[in-house]
Amino acid sequence: MMYNFAIDPLLTGKVLWTPLLIVLLKVVVVFAVGLVATMLMVWFERKVIAGMQNRIGPNKAGPFGILQTLADGIKLFFKEDLIPERSDRFVFKLAPYLAFVPAFLTFAIIPLGGDFRGDNDGLVTWFGQQTRVQLADPPIGILFALAISSIAIYGIMLAGWSSGSKYPLLGSVRASAQMVSYEAALGLSVAAVVLVSGTLSTSGIVARQSSLGNWNVIVTGIVPFFIFMIAATAELNRPPFDLVEAEQELVGGFNTEYASLRFALFYLAEFMNTVTMSALIVTLFFGGPQPISVGSLTVDIPIIGNAFEGTIWLLLKVLVFLYIYVWFRATLPRFRYDQLMDLGWKVLIPASLGWFILLAAQRVGQDAGWDRYVVTIATVLILLVCYSLLALAQRTSENERKRDGVMF
Amino acid sequence: MSEFLRSYLVVVWFGLAAFLVGSLLLGISALLRPNNPTSEKLLSYESGVDPVGDGWSQSQIRYYVFALLFVIFDVEAVFIFPWATQLERYGGFGLVEMAVFVAVLVLGLVYAWRKGVLRWV
Repeated sequence: MMYNFAIDPLLTGKVLWTPLLIVLLKVVVVFAVGLVATMLMVWFERKVIAGMQNRIGPNKAGPFGILQTLADGIKLFFKEDLIPERSDRFVFKLAPYLAFVPAFLTFAIIPLGGDFRGDNDGLVTWFGQQTRVQLADPPIGILFALAISSIAIYGIMLAGWSSGSKYPLLGSVRASAQMVSYEAALGLSVAAVVLVSGTLSTSGIVARQSSLGNWNVIVTGIVPFFIFMIAATAELNRPPFDLVEAEQELVGGFNTEYASLRFALFYLAEFMNTVTMSALIVTLFFGGPQPISVGSLTVDIPIIGNAFEGTIWLLLKVLVFLYIYVWFRATLPRFRYDQLMDLGWKVLIPASLGWFILLAAQRVGQDAGWDRYVVTIATVLILLVCYSLLALAQRTSENERKRDGVMF
Repeated sequence: MSEFLRSYLVVVWFGLAAFLVGSLLLGISALLRPNNPTSEKLLSYESGVDPVGDGWSQSQIRYYVFALLFVIFDVEAVFIFPWATQLERYGGFGLVEMAVFVAVLVLGLVYAWRKGVLRWV
């Protein structure tokens, strides 16, 4: 109760230095990890996409070109910073922060390691203090992540609006409509995870995914994962949903007028978001820092302590998703805007809602001891009916478009 | 101050740290970079052509409609989350209640769809 004196001015009393140091250490380490991970992600993306396109990619700065991002960053320090005459100067300067700070904040609630085996619950002992390898563990961690990702929309919206220029404005209007549409699907697919976990705290969600069969991706029946993955890609404005910065139409999109380090902040935020979103996917659906284990058999990395091993597992899993994001970019062509909106509103939102209610019914049925076969058959029937209703709606709307003589 | 608020305090400090690092980077760059603005440089970018008209042009009403629809579904999610954590407690009754709630909102979506609001072109 009394240790956070220095970071909590309302508290008086004796200061215990160890917990305070641990908090400070955590802030510094998580921040450094975030920045380094972002820089490595930029390099990773360029290198992997080069490989997929039969090029070499960055290979001059440092071994395997790993310092290329640093070199680019240093270059941007020396670039002239232009603020266009027509812009709204205050908002123009504020917007990069609104993108940059939320990108970091999401990182705070992700369990970055720790020993979740047995009854350990992710707690580790550092300097005689029990703590989590996680900056903050608020009881509503997931809601916090969703709220912060909504704030990030402001950064992009205001950046485009304040530029006082046409392309950025168009880009930002597109961006906000797109992100807002997929935010709904994102939230509803997370609800399925909350349903099976029974908690909103991220460490609680991880603690419940003790073995491969318990991973939420399987427990929730895969569909919420796919919806979350698609919605997350749209939230990040990454290909194939990168209409926000479609070069052929909008030059650079919302950040066309930005130069120098202000642009770098947007760029950093974008890649930071990719890393945090991958980490969030792993936390929600793939057990976060939990090791892979089937039944009583656990894949254990020898020598390294269990607490640190969690970090390695998390890193490996996140790397898989980062690779998938790069793969998307190398493979998929960009969506058209009407296709994007159709996918969001006419497929993902109804599907996530329906799946959520079905999952809830299953759970309640399990609890009340309904006949398992009846529940399964009813579920399949309901799924079929819902699917055909959705298909019917799609077909009707397509026919109507054709009748109205719309091109697509 | 309660334990509940304390976990957010760390988050606030973390956010402040991010803000400070951002301003630090901009500050260092302000010392290093050249500053030589000319009126041509400060024109808004329109692919090298002199900008015509106002930068703040009108945009489609559709974007606004989608934002309104979003509010409905996001608020819905806020109602769903607390119930989802307490599923066992409310059992079958809660399930039916929630199904009715969701059905009403889905009707809203169907109505919007039927009205052609979701149609982009």
